[in-house]
Amino acid sequence: MNLTLKIWRQKNKNDKGGLVDYKVTDVSPDMSFLEMLDVLNEDLINKDEEPVAFDHDCREGICGMCSLYINGEAHGPDRGVTTCQLHMRMFKDGDTIYIEPFRAAAFPVIKDLIVDRTSFDRIQHAGGFISVNTSGNTIDANTIPVNKHDADTAFDSATCIGCGACVASCKNSSAMLFVSAKVSQFALLPQGQIEATDRVLNMVKQMDEEGFGNCTNTGACEVECPKGISLENIARMNREYLKASLKG
Amino acid sequence: MSGILDSSIGRKFAMALSAFFLMIFLLQHFVINLTSVFSADTFNEISHFMGTFWLIQYVIQPILIFGVLFHFIMGFVLEIKNRKARNISYAKNNGAANSTWMSRNMIYSGMFILIFLIIHFIDFWIPEINTKYIVGDMSGMHDGEFRYFHELQEKFVPIWRVALYCVGFVFLALHLMHGFNSAFQSVGANNKYTKGLKGFGMAYAIILPLGFIVIALFHHFNH
Repeated sequence: MNLTLKIWRQKNKNDKGGLVDYKVTDVSPDMSFLEMLDVLNEDLINKDEEPVAFDHDCREGICGMCSLYINGEAHGPDRGVTTCQLHMRMFKDGDTIYIEPFRAAAFPVIKDLIVDRTSFDRIQHAGGFISVNTSGNTIDANTIPVNKHDADTAFDSATCIGCGACVASCKNSSAMLFVSAKVSQFALLPQGQIEATDRVLNMVKQMDEEGFGNCTNTGACEVECPKGISLENIARMNREYLKASLKG
Repeated sequence: MSGILDSSIGRKFAMALSAFFLMIFLLQHFVINLTSVFSADTFNEISHFMGTFWLIQYVIQPILIFGVLFHFIMGFVLEIKNRKARNISYAKNNGAANSTWMSRNMIYSGMFILIFLIIHFIDFWIPEINTKYIVGDMSGMHDGEFRYFHELQEKFVPIWRVALYCVGFVFLALHLMHGFNSAFQSVGANNKYTKGLKGFGMAYAIILPLGFIVIALFHHFNH
């Protein structure tokens, strides 16, 4: 496959940046999208040009590092995959592919396609945890009975890898799907009840302070989420938030 | 409860509550308008009751006006905030791949509804308020009979107004196609009933505006 790539290049966070055209040839349909970018970068290095900076780590869809807005969609046109799991067979020979960083005021570009997603870390720090005694006499979590449905639903919420595709896909750059998944995974379990009120209030407060937009329920986040995090999480967070607000 | 409206979820909740109120109002408005197709007398009697009963005039009506203003103002406030949340747009964005046109363009359908509402208020509400509270005529009578049905028919004589109302109702339908179920999601109602509710919401979003269109056309062609 021969492809034309329109890639966002930006030297640093202060640079204006812009799209630059590149040609890649002999791309195998079996390559992952990141491998295709590796081929491009090898070519650029051989030509003494600056390679394209992009995030990646595990390359097996678990770490949430790879991002990229590919042809107008977070993680590209496939469903339920991260960019590292996206295969070039999803494209056709001769295609022009737009590759842009995830766009949100709360995700400023660091360089090229790499964005700063530490706003998610700060939201997690605000309440995405439970306090457990780890001094040696920790109580085994399995000693507390948990309803099977709740356990399964909490696990589904916990599969959020915090990649930010929800924010990138949302027309409002809302982080509600991410935050709601983190709130839900604890709200559904007995271990999460002690800090439930503070958790949801603090995480939503931090989310708002980071400059994410307001959710308007378009559902784009759910469709583009590589882990299939459901909108039910957002509804649950709304309930948790209202409950917590009434409690004070 | 302190500061709930300062948060994104609080604003969303308030937006949904005003939407519920407006959707209930819309339903009763439709039912009353529908009576005009079947019986001029019934329409006159209900209109007179609605226009003179103190609870509706002095309690419900101000709440309605507040609800309408709140929904529009909050809609614009949220739109401005949301635009600020993405300072650089995508060069290529395939929104149709993951969301409906209606859900992505609520601000535009809302703006057309606002224009329609202004015209509707100028057509019906302001003359009504003028007659009752400026002129001071609470009788509802004109030339010895109730004026409401006659006034309604008169308004729908010009084809341009009928066409304008039809366009307004089409945008109302588009707004409701997303807004109905979105309001339920905003108040945290997403459960085993959601699928059925989506079907009901779609029916509500199509049947009510279509009904309003039929009523407008009926009076245009039966004048």
